[in-house]
Amino acid sequence: MPSLPDMNTPEVADLARREAEANPNHPAAPQPDAGQEAFFEALLRIGDSTLILGHRVSEWCGHSPALEEDIALANVALDLIGQTQLWLGLAAEVEGQGRSADDLAYLRDAWDFRNLLLVERPNGDFGHTLMRQFLFDAWHHELLKALSASLDPRVAEIAAKAGKEVAYHLERSSDLVVRLGDGTAESHRRMQEALDALWPYTGEMFLGDDKDAKVAARGIFPDPASLRAGWDATLRHVLGEATLQIPDSPFAHKGGRQGTHTEHLGYILAEMQFLQRAYPGASW
Amino acid sequence: MYAQLVKSEGSKSREEMTPEELAFQERIDRGEKIEPKEWMPEGYRKTLIRQIGQHAHSEIVGQLPEGNWITRAPTLERKAILLAKVQDEAGHGLYLYSAAETLGVSRDELMELLHAGKMKYSSIFNYPTLTWADMGAVGWLVDGAAIMNQVPLQRTSYGPYSRAMIRICKEESFHQRQGYAIMMKMAQGTPAQKRMAQDALNRLWYPALMMFGPSDKDSVHSAQSMAWKIKMNTNDELRQKFVDQTVPQAEYLGLTVPDPNLKWNEEKGGYDFSEPDWSEFYDVLAGNGPCNKDRLGARVKAWEDGAWFREALVVHAEKAAARRAQAAE
Repeated sequence: MPSLPDMNTPEVADLARREAEANPNHPAAPQPDAGQEAFFEALLRIGDSTLILGHRVSEWCGHSPALEEDIALANVALDLIGQTQLWLGLAAEVEGQGRSADDLAYLRDAWDFRNLLLVERPNGDFGHTLMRQFLFDAWHHELLKALSASLDPRVAEIAAKAGKEVAYHLERSSDLVVRLGDGTAESHRRMQEALDALWPYTGEMFLGDDKDAKVAARGIFPDPASLRAGWDATLRHVLGEATLQIPDSPFAHKGGRQGTHTEHLGYILAEMQFLQRAYPGASW
Repeated sequence: MYAQLVKSEGSKSREEMTPEELAFQERIDRGEKIEPKEWMPEGYRKTLIRQIGQHAHSEIVGQLPEGNWITRAPTLERKAILLAKVQDEAGHGLYLYSAAETLGVSRDELMELLHAGKMKYSSIFNYPTLTWADMGAVGWLVDGAAIMNQVPLQRTSYGPYSRAMIRICKEESFHQRQGYAIMMKMAQGTPAQKRMAQDALNRLWYPALMMFGPSDKDSVHSAQSMAWKIKMNTNDELRQKFVDQTVPQAEYLGLTVPDPNLKWNEEKGGYDFSEPDWSEFYDVLAGNGPCNKDRLGARVKAWEDGAWFREALVVHAEKAAARRAQAAE
């Protein structure tokens, strides 16, 4: 190991490059599956988002304001968990390390999760939960539309199936956002507060990085920025009808898609992964 | 069984009946279904409201002990199955409240009676779910006990109740199989999993037996309900049937039913078994079960916290209707 002052010098980088050229097993050598790694990451980004949102939504089970809402929320959570099985299942396959969808869900720590920060936000009141759902659904719907034309047929197939479910999620959350935004003074206030509080967590949905660029170049996943116009149009339409004001702040919290999360994710995982962690190797 | 100790009227002899009551009883005796708009004795209507309402409340309170493990389910598949199951319970609540509404009582009125402690739900849901094995044991024992009662209720005299039961029974038997599948996995699993499975059976066995209500000799108001075909079997008949069905299933799992007096009785063709501790049962009904306060508290909180939501939907609907009327002018 070089002494500390030697690290990060051009000489060290050069040394590593020459070493790698001479020895293909050297860690600095270009990996043949570098594209697969970006593909794996892209699948985690969607699969982890559906998993964590499904978890949050399921926290409402039995506690929502009306029986119809208990049923509808359980249905949405169920769809999201079902989609998670497909996305993480494919991620595990692409990774090729013998892990399963359950291994990915239950045996990774927070820094290996790639979900949007938006979905780990606490439920808050029912209006807050619905607003989070609407902001996510509007994006999710655009993403799945794009993914159903993915050049990877496995991705296209999952997206087509999930797209039908999410079209319904969006229809439902839009409808409720309109009714609550344009309901009583109190419901309007709650919905505007929810929108304002969640707004800084929406920008992350459209920020691409080099991994996104790799899968976009291969036609597997869309460039995140390309989803913005459709999302904006849905928001203008629905929030306009809901008489809610779209915040004009462009500030965006980010990091979820790269593994830097809020404090909330650790608690979600502590709860979700409890049995797998407490009884390692048991089959359920 | 989700309706326990439902108050009914004292039964009348045929001589005491009015001509209308007699004609009504004869329809029931012929196996005809009574439909919502038809004449019925006030006692029949009231007893049905109490019974269907209690059943509906049990379904929605019953979401809570199982909902307790959704976020901790050990695999994605188990999580999905449990979510689907709890969703079914809410759906059953919906059918049953709708059936009760045909008798002239609104869902909101029934909810308020529940929240005020004036209507009950099944005692079983006042017990906690402490380990994952309880998700298995609840499906196997609790849904199993519910099915014992609900299968005959498919033939009950009140049409909407009977039709709700037919739908519900299909789903409940699916739930029971799912519960048993969890138990199998646990019973064949690691020593810790086996311990969980046995512990769940130990804790839930007697509360499951209590679901059928007190012994026939102490059961009030049964005769009239049976004459009206609102109640199809006695409590003890159903309890015996449940024990006879469940003991071999426990043996198959390699688990021990926590009853030293359990013994096959060749003569009666069924098991002899110990009665549950009925003082515990009455304590739970009186509000002193391990979870009464938490369960009812959670339902009241959900209802109160959601008041603004329900009100907003009503106000929006009124606004939208006014706008449509204005546009039509």
